[in-house]
Amino acid sequence: MEILVALIIASFTSGGVYLILKARTFPVALGMMLLSYAVNLFLFSMGRLQINRPAILKEGITDYSDPLPQALVLTAIVISFGMTAFLIVLSLRARYELGNDHVEGLEEDSQNKESAIEEKKNES
Amino acid sequence: MTLHTLGLPLIVLLPFIGATVVSLTTRRGKYTPVWISGGVALLALFLLTLLSPIPFSDESLIQSWYWIRSINLYFSFRIDGLSMLFGYIILGIGLLIVFYARYYLSPKDSISRFYIYLLMFMGSMLGIVFSENILLLTIFWELTSLSSFLLISFWQYKKAGREGAMMALVITGTGGLALFASMLILGFTVGSFELSVILESRDIILNSPLFIPMFLLFFIGVITKSAQFPFHFWLPHAMAAPTPVSAYLHSATMVKAGIFLLARFYPVYSGTDIWVFLISGAGLVTVLIGSFIAFFKQDLKGLMAYSTISHLGLITFLLGLSTPLATLAALFHVINHATFKAASFMIVGIIDHQTGTREISKLGGVLKFMPYTATLAMVAAASMAGIAPLNGFLSKEMFFERAIHDTASMIVPILATIAGIFSVAYSLRFIADVFFGKANQMPIAYPKEPYYLMKLPILLLILACIAIGLAPMTLISDILFKATQSTLFSPLPEVHIALWHGFNLPLLMSAVAVAMGIIVYLSKKSMISFYDKYLAQIDARDPYNWFIDTIFSGSNSLHRFLHSAGIYHSTYILLSFSILAGIAGFFYTDASLFGERKFLPVDTLSLMMTLSTLLSIGVVIYYHHKRFTALIIVGIAGLITSLIFIKFSAPDLALTQLSVEAVTVVLMLLALYYLPQFTPKESSKRKKTADLILSALAGIGVLVLTLVIFSTEYNTIADFFVTHAKTGGGGTNIVNVILVDFRGLDTLGEITVLGIAGLGIFAMLQGLRLYAPQKDADNLKYSNDAHPIIVKTLVSVFFPVMLMVSVYIFLRGHNLPGGGFIAGLIAAVALIVQYLASGIDFCSKRVGFNKDLLIAAGLTLATATGLGSLILGYPFLTSTFTHLHWPIVGEFEIASAMLFDLGVFLVVVGSTAMILVNLGNLSFNSHHNSSTKKEEK
Repeated sequence: MEILVALIIASFTSGGVYLILKARTFPVALGMMLLSYAVNLFLFSMGRLQINRPAILKEGITDYSDPLPQALVLTAIVISFGMTAFLIVLSLRARYELGNDHVEGLEEDSQNKESAIEEKKNES
Repeated sequence: MTLHTLGLPLIVLLPFIGATVVSLTTRRGKYTPVWISGGVALLALFLLTLLSPIPFSDESLIQSWYWIRSINLYFSFRIDGLSMLFGYIILGIGLLIVFYARYYLSPKDSISRFYIYLLMFMGSMLGIVFSENILLLTIFWELTSLSSFLLISFWQYKKAGREGAMMALVITGTGGLALFASMLILGFTVGSFELSVILESRDIILNSPLFIPMFLLFFIGVITKSAQFPFHFWLPHAMAAPTPVSAYLHSATMVKAGIFLLARFYPVYSGTDIWVFLISGAGLVTVLIGSFIAFFKQDLKGLMAYSTISHLGLITFLLGLSTPLATLAALFHVINHATFKAASFMIVGIIDHQTGTREISKLGGVLKFMPYTATLAMVAAASMAGIAPLNGFLSKEMFFERAIHDTASMIVPILATIAGIFSVAYSLRFIADVFFGKANQMPIAYPKEPYYLMKLPILLLILACIAIGLAPMTLISDILFKATQSTLFSPLPEVHIALWHGFNLPLLMSAVAVAMGIIVYLSKKSMISFYDKYLAQIDARDPYNWFIDTIFSGSNSLHRFLHSAGIYHSTYILLSFSILAGIAGFFYTDASLFGERKFLPVDTLSLMMTLSTLLSIGVVIYYHHKRFTALIIVGIAGLITSLIFIKFSAPDLALTQLSVEAVTVVLMLLALYYLPQFTPKESSKRKKTADLILSALAGIGVLVLTLVIFSTEYNTIADFFVTHAKTGGGGTNIVNVILVDFRGLDTLGEITVLGIAGLGIFAMLQGLRLYAPQKDADNLKYSNDAHPIIVKTLVSVFFPVMLMVSVYIFLRGHNLPGGGFIAGLIAAVALIVQYLASGIDFCSKRVGFNKDLLIAAGLTLATATGLGSLILGYPFLTSTFTHLHWPIVGEFEIASAMLFDLGVFLVVVGSTAMILVNLGNLSFNSHHNSSTKKEEK
């Protein structure tokens, strides 16, 4: 089972890394989302995997999953949301200020014209 | 007695306290700082006098407190003969300078700023000489560099001041770093950072394999601070400082810090070949170069600066010789130089002040305008030149004597005499060209004597010069001998300092120096034209400038390489390095990579889920150009994450992830509305391959790392939380108890970050206008009916239910999965759904609360809960709880942590709603805009 979870974390990482290397803001934001899943799962797995042992105290049960990584990851999830939201709004603002959604914030150049043409094609 | 337990730190800290007081009383009269500074110096002098019987009875006193135990940093101070001598010089001259600067500074200057810097410097300097812990000493050492920087650049509007300050900081700061490294090596070699231990450990230090680097770093620290060749060039440029600063820092005290350090570590390092060769070598070269260049300087302060360099070289040379008598001569010259050079600088300040210039070529005949100043100047210059019966003569004779007796070669006494010749020549030039001859083109043609109080400090110093010269044994020998003894760490042989020792070689050398000095002065015209023609171009700054330029151009090209190529390259380099660092980590240990821990059995469903996840990530990578598709798949990835959480016993995480996922996807959809629906295919094939390789490597790295973790057993501190959750936190949901109780401070920090993110987004959305497309990616027109009636009706039923679920989840959070974070997210989702269904107008009227107020209220509540426990006398964020019995509901627990959780809840609702509603509001605005005018490109 652990191998499967490790594979999932690894695939999220790969996908995230690939996407944050893209030149446009939206895929980068998606990449950050994937990376934060990967990171959260990775941190969570520090407490190892346990089935049917939620960290909720019950009479007669002494064996629980590790609550500490869970508590840390819980806030991490909310913070990742804050970060993703900030990032995506930043990219909206950048598009407004610069007129394109390139991560380098390039001014009008040949590349950009191409994309503008493409965009127009899409819209028409 | 308190003096014997607190006296030393009090002396050191008094100036810092004074600086604080000055900064607080800037509006209480223009000259209040002078009184405060003078009072501080006097009080410290008084305390020092009270403590002086200790070093005079050959003892040393150490006062010590723990500061940071783990790095052996103690707040510890010592007083012995050596530190007492320097303490008196620092405070005595300091007091005179405080007085002098009062008349020197123009009323337009910021008097209080000057005195704050000056007091900071005084305190740091006292810190150096009274430190017992060598790390503490290094800290004060750096503080002198910093306060010197501030003082040199006191007239910030002058370019020369800024550049001189920069250069001094670069040179002495580099030296400070070298010294710090040396002190660390020394401390670890000896096993203690206390001077009292180190000074007794000569054998350990000399036999250490690190002795050479340790000593070389020490040497660099010393010669940079004390302006020895080849680092002497910063001192003349530091002369851009106000003259009281030059007199105090750059002649009497700070440049002597290097000398002090040589004396302090004399018992440890002295007499070794490398010490004798490097220290006396550097000293001798510096004496010669300094006195030679001083003669040719046109600027009086330049002349004084090079003269100072030369005298510092003399002291360094004597300490390098490593004999008791040479050390005595060195310390004696420290005193003498402080008196006549501080006086000379103050006189130069007066000349500058009264005539408006410091250029020798413009000055002349000042004697008849300022006879008193001229008299003082002549005595100071005579002492500087080493003319009997002044104190400068005594120590110069001793210098000549040591040059003959303590060196094997004949060349050293000859070089010493040459240095003597030039110091006579430049002193003569200072007197003859300024005070005699014809009055040239002085900016103020008829200069007047300054206010008499301005001359008082000079007069006192000049009287000291004469008195020490006439009666050295009665006046100075006590303190000097004690200082020398505590430098040597051994008793001093019988010495008698006197003006007359009979006809001997040193006297002959002095006579030659005076005679030849006069000849050199008389032939100054040809000498100066020769100098200007051939030597003036040689500038010791060149290597420095080259070095600084190289650093700048080097870092510029590094910056261009790493950064200017664009964010893509930076990201690529960053990721590559993290992968490399990860790989490197695997090589550190020989133990097998994977452990023995047993894995859980695989079930079919999980296998299928994993395979489909891998497939969908492949789809994202391949189809990421279609943004909508990519977003949906990433959203599914988030859902899979929450499934993993629920499968592996983390219900709280699953709930959080689930609700966050909903909010995030809505947010991303809203944003995507304003962005291009497709990512253009602009990457070259090569770039794509490179990206794929990097992401594959990252994936493999993470895979291996995760498996390593899964396969090894581990120790956890979880048992603490499991045991104490119920008894200490009053809840059975351990995760929630950790969040709101055990690690409450973390949570407080995190909701603060969330609140800031929300406000930041709000700020970024201000004034944002984006073009809202009318058609979607598949070229279908968006529906005109923004709020379909069915959705609206359904939501109005569900909204209260959702809110109730939220309250339920919140209330049970302490004992069952739930809590503030999850409840907050659920409430936010409920709000957002309501907004989506009915529109902003509809909702704003009905849920008209301020989201920013909600964030503020939440943060305040959470903090107040924490502070409440503080008021009741418990540590911050301590929680308490009790059980109530309610009818119908039954046993009910109420905990103060619940209030904290309520704060969390409010912040989460506020931030999330603020982000999404404002983004939605944008769409509202742009719908209106797009119907009226088609804007954007």
